[in-house]
Amino acid sequence: MTTPVSSSPAPPVPSQASPPADHADKAKTLLQRIADLRAWLFLAFLILGFEIWSRVSFGGTFLFNPFNIQSIAVFAVAPLLLATGQTFVIISGGIDLSMGFIMGLAAVVAAHVINWATPGLGMALAVLLGSLVAVGVAAIPGLVNGALVAILKVPPFIGTLGMFGVARGVAFLLAGGTTVPVKNSVFAALGNGRILGIPYIIIVTAIFVLLMHYLLSQTKFGQHNYAIGANPQAARRAGINIKWHLLRLYVLSGMCAGLAGVLYSARFSAGAAQAGEPLLLDSVAAVVIGGASLFGGSGTILGTVAGAFVIAVIQYGLVFINVAPFWQFISVGVVIIISVLIDQAQRRFSGGRQVE
Amino acid sequence: MTQGAAPRIGDTLLEVRNLSKNFGPVQALNDLSMLVRAGEVVALAGDNGAGKTTLIKAISGVYQPSEGEILLKGKVVSFASPQEARDQGIETIYQDLALADNLTIGANIFLGREPMRRAFGFLPVLDRAKMAAAAKTTMALLDFHVSRLDAPVSNFSGGQRQAVAIGRAVYWNAQILIMDEPTAALGVPEQRKVISLIHQLKAQGRGVIFISHNLQDIFAVADRIVVLRRGVMAGERRIADTTHDEVVRLMVGG
Repeated sequence: MTTPVSSSPAPPVPSQASPPADHADKAKTLLQRIADLRAWLFLAFLILGFEIWSRVSFGGTFLFNPFNIQSIAVFAVAPLLLATGQTFVIISGGIDLSMGFIMGLAAVVAAHVINWATPGLGMALAVLLGSLVAVGVAAIPGLVNGALVAILKVPPFIGTLGMFGVARGVAFLLAGGTTVPVKNSVFAALGNGRILGIPYIIIVTAIFVLLMHYLLSQTKFGQHNYAIGANPQAARRAGINIKWHLLRLYVLSGMCAGLAGVLYSARFSAGAAQAGEPLLLDSVAAVVIGGASLFGGSGTILGTVAGAFVIAVIQYGLVFINVAPFWQFISVGVVIIISVLIDQAQRRFSGGRQVE
Repeated sequence: MTQGAAPRIGDTLLEVRNLSKNFGPVQALNDLSMLVRAGEVVALAGDNGAGKTTLIKAISGVYQPSEGEILLKGKVVSFASPQEARDQGIETIYQDLALADNLTIGANIFLGREPMRRAFGFLPVLDRAKMAAAAKTTMALLDFHVSRLDAPVSNFSGGQRQAVAIGRAVYWNAQILIMDEPTAALGVPEQRKVISLIHQLKAQGRGVIFISHNLQDIFAVADRIVVLRRGVMAGERRIADTTHDEVVRLMVGG
């Protein structure tokens, strides 16, 4: 049987009607939009719920009390800083379990360096030096994490779990097994002072989060991060240097934890090795509630901000309405599970690729 | 990039001369010669292990040949990496679709070479408008009209995604496209769409090397067929002058 085909340039075969893939898409897009915004919806529902509860039981407001808002924001600072770094790592398809103790390490280093430098340099310079050294030291475990993951191909979960132990041990050794008080009034002012009624640490955090949002959404680094999380092979074939990217990525997450540690020790005028211990899982939860997938490839900083506030509002709000604190764990847990279920439902919808 | 004037249809684009490649004692490819002209589709056929993959990997810079040479538009070239081959206009479209599913068509076209612009006159940001515009014109060139340039490519069908991968190569001005089983994972209407894409590439004067197990597809789109068997050329035929039966005989020998 022969199927002769002319060898001269054949006219394009009229494409067998590929109808625009759109009607199936529109409903899906609405669903996707809702799923993308789920953290903000959670947040709105929570605030509404606490507001109603508060009015009904105390006849007072929850949301319109500036003290509440400020307390929640201050509460959210450290988990949010960890969560911004964690967002980058999770989008790349990894996870950084060492952030909590890197934060503690940085807090202890900041306390020691500031105490050591204050007599010689004066208050302000000592604070500057201590903060820079602490963030710089935090970059070291980040670099090791990056090398483990990028060069030695250790799975991120295991590599950073190892670093979790190392950073924890080093931080406790440096702290001598106790908390390290800081005697520097400039540092205390940084941690507790305010300008126009807004605490400095909130301003610092807001600026940092905006920078991270820019880095993720508007730069090549951010774009490559999404590509690597979705399909590392495609990223490599497109000429992206994955090793170099991952090295920088884990250094970045280490430095986020470092900044969180510095702000922690400023706020409490003390460095503690266990400063970030309870916050690591909160940071992962914030990222997941914020819409990122633990499979990598999706997530945003703005979603993570909402996720971090969902957790902070639950924790603060339940105390505010005088519920036993253990309900916090249950509520945050339920929110995480609902969030992941939404993510999976959305995947199922968009996973079935529309066929012509 | 591509040197000189655009090649005219029929000019020789790529020539492979006496190419051999061995991995230790294993001779994967032995003294193979072939050429690809502008506007020509050359099918590579052969059983598993016949050397098709070794051949395209040598052409696309993944392997360095043990012997022989590769000429691009008459000049001897050697590629230390796939990146170098790509810079010279030889692009490989992989079977498993080298796309980042979570990114848009534009972002995939520009993956690894994203254009930037300055917001507010100073802040460097990704130039998404430029990526979307390039996506639109490139896909239109392939007779593939998309209205949702902001959707991730995971929303598109297999054939459409194949078109995006081809679109990326076209945008970066690939002169030779190597396609490894481009229709293998697709349904029948989608296969037809890809075949029509290959006709478009032909009409634009590009050279296509097309690996397939599917004789139907080969006979629908190729001008010539090169059959390999155990690393050597088993035969080369103009599609117009051969039959399925003859090709199968060449593939299995005897």
